[in-house]
Amino acid sequence: MKDNSLDVMEMPLFEVFIRSANGLEHRHVGSLHAADAEMAITNARDVYVRRNEGVSIWVVPSESITASDPADKEMLFEPMKDKIYRHPTFYNLPEGVQNI
Amino acid sequence: MTTITDTSKSSYLFSLTIRLADSALIASQRMSQWCGIAPTLEEDIALTNVALDLLGQARHLFSYAVDLDGCRKDEDQLAFLRDPHQYLNYTIAELPNGDFAQSCTKSFLFSTFSQCLWVSLLDGEDSTLRDIAAKSLKETDYHIEHFSRWFVRLGDGTDVSRQKILKSIDYLWPYTAEFFGNDRTLSNLEGLLHINTGKLQADWVNAIEDVFTEAGIDLPSDSDFMSTGKYGVHSEHLGHILAEMQYLQRSYPGGRW
Repeated sequence: MKDNSLDVMEMPLFEVFIRSANGLEHRHVGSLHAADAEMAITNARDVYVRRNEGVSIWVVPSESITASDPADKEMLFEPMKDKIYRHPTFYNLPEGVQNI
Repeated sequence: MTTITDTSKSSYLFSLTIRLADSALIASQRMSQWCGIAPTLEEDIALTNVALDLLGQARHLFSYAVDLDGCRKDEDQLAFLRDPHQYLNYTIAELPNGDFAQSCTKSFLFSTFSQCLWVSLLDGEDSTLRDIAAKSLKETDYHIEHFSRWFVRLGDGTDVSRQKILKSIDYLWPYTAEFFGNDRTLSNLEGLLHINTGKLQADWVNAIEDVFTEAGIDLPSDSDFMSTGKYGVHSEHLGHILAEMQYLQRSYPGGRW
């Protein structure tokens, strides 16, 4: 037998992703506690799609996510701020070209 | 002669519809008592969703009962203005929630039985019950998924959780005999609905057996006790539920949202 304490708050955290319609991508909608991935799916179904918000659910253990360090923000993000030439806004489009 | 048979057949159909409606309504009322006090926020929302599913099923069944009854009463009068002996729910639906393990066991046993009933009704010749069964089945499948997972998780969990599940089985199992025992209503409707209680029982045992095995728990043996809610003879618990549930409608007759 395993340890006797069943503290629900000790259940691991899962991040929940919902795809709202076929053809769209899954989007992060929030997180929840669950004992295992299976339970995370059913919890996500009850918490996040009870008003018909989606057609597919992904759950990922929060601890599996590696996040960028906020302290690295100058190194990671600041250098991009003055590189406007990386946006394709310098082309002259011929008249009549649509949907661009 | 034909008329008499038709009348009695339709009164059996009315009784069965009321029985299914009452079972869903009382199970829903019980389940809703978890709202706000479930072990986790996620579970709180899940249990409330289940209560609302059951209430939806009860509403469909009550409105069919109103049609069968020739409109003598409306849906609300049927749900809220009868006395305990006029309720025909299976006794297990009215039993106290107890702890979370007991509620999971009860809902697991009851929803697997509902699933067997809905599946049987799909083959019947009553088109309204067929439609209600088809709609309810999808919800019931999810209830089983939810509660059977908890049954296994707790039954095969810690010493404490396992003890709680075993205790809940001791308490609840005897009430499952009523699902299949001596059923004049169903046997009189066999020509219409083709439901055979022997087959229903075999289907149900089949449905719960694997989950018991997965939880590492032996199926209990048959009980000699037989509860009688479906005949209108209830445990002391139903009166308390009705007192709370009917308070508003009796204090403000005809009151509407």
